Amino acid sequence: MAEDFGEGSTAGMDEYETLMATTDVELLKTALRNEKAAPEILQIQTQLVKRAREQIQLMEETVEEFEQSGMDPLTVSLYQMDLDRAQFLLRSYLRIRLQKLEKYMFYIWKDDSLRNRLSEPEIFFVKRCIDDMEKHLEETVLSKLPDNYQSAGRQSIISEEDDMVPEPQLDTFVACKSSNRFVSLRLVDRYKSSFFWHLLSLIFSFFQKQVCKFAFINLQWETFGDGAP
Amino acid sequence: MAGQSDPHISLFSPQEIEFMAEDELVEIVPNIRMDPLNFISGDFGPFFPQIPAKVPLWLAVALKKRGKCTIRPPQWMSIENLTHVLEGEREDQGAFQAVPFHYIEISRLLFDHARDDIPDIYMVRSLIEDIRDVRLHKVETNLEKFSATSAVKISHLSAMEVNVVRPFVVRSLQAFYKHDNPVVMADLDSSSDIQPQVRQPQVPRNAQRQPLKRR
Repeated sequence: MAEDFGEGSTAGMDEYETLMATTDVELLKTALRNEKAAPEILQIQTQLVKRAREQIQLMEETVEEFEQSGMDPLTVSLYQMDLDRAQFLLRSYLRIRLQKLEKYMFYIWKDDSLRNRLSEPEIFFVKRCIDDMEKHLEETVLSKLPDNYQSAGRQSIISEEDDMVPEPQLDTFVACKSSNRFVSLRLVDRYKSSFFWHLLSLIFSFFQKQVCKFAFINLQWETFGDGAP
Repeated sequence: MAGQSDPHISLFSPQEIEFMAEDELVEIVPNIRMDPLNFISGDFGPFFPQIPAKVPLWLAVALKKRGKCTIRPPQWMSIENLTHVLEGEREDQGAFQAVPFHYIEISRLLFDHARDDIPDIYMVRSLIEDIRDVRLHKVETNLEKFSATSAVKISHLSAMEVNVVRPFVVRSLQAFYKHDNPVVMADLDSSSDIQPQVRQPQVPRNAQRQPLKRR
């Protein structure tokens, strides 16, 4: 992409071609980037993760086959490098999610819509995490406190809400990359939604080719039209 | 600048950005014959001696390291073009020139691994370094003009540059936003992303504070 230096006439066609040729590696990269940039947990890309796993497994078998069949070591090492890169992306994606889950487990657990964004194994992980954390807090501190102060989520029984639960700061700014064609976004006040993040992924995947603009924008955006691929 | 020294503050580490940049396509001229490579990240090849082919940068560097190809530096890395860009950067203090999104990482990788393939490497290198310095300086001076707003737009910022300024910009915009909306202030304070355990001692609302009973 980067070679065209401010040249934009053929960009439309190229864009279409890249869209058609987008590999799962590219999608995984976008997913990782978004997950990293988003303050809250995003919807798990179940299908993508599944496909990536399958491809990685297939490639592992292929590489092994190559090695046994005495193929040119150079070619084998190149395949291995490609495999390592794909694995790295997948691992990073899953890991950054685990980090968020560990950090905001209580917060995620009490909200159904957030819980629905997790995969089966992630739900299992959070459940165990919470059990362990509660048990730990209970044994080390809470059980030794006066009766009114024994909740893991609340400071004391007079607290009206869970005020001891770490929450992500949703009211923040993110950097997002756009193209010239990307015209207007409407600002909406106090609009906290992760719908916006899907927009981000669109922006990132679409406009790689274009001369880029960067915008630091508040999370409170309303999405414009649809057009998700 | 904020976030440059501490990798934990920055969203992406420089290595991660480099990893992303390694997927950019470059042109190589192989000196061996090789069958098509059907990678997870796409299909490349077949390769024939002296016939140029487009491959991702990581593949180009891997082949180059083993002496199996020469890398053709991208067109934007010509002295002519770079001089032009540098002049533009210096003349127009308000805007950035259009440079490839990963120009810092790509040039760095090529300087490290394919120095013999770049004509006039010293000149090219110092030009790119100058461009980088001018642009970073410009980013920093631009930051001074910040004011309370809900969006900031900067055209043609590159991957590395945006990563360097991101922590600072986000924090300062948050601060502007917070001080601009007194109503939000209380709200933001309570939802800020710090572990509640280390927060300042807080008084439950509408409740009289009572000293704990001695036991």
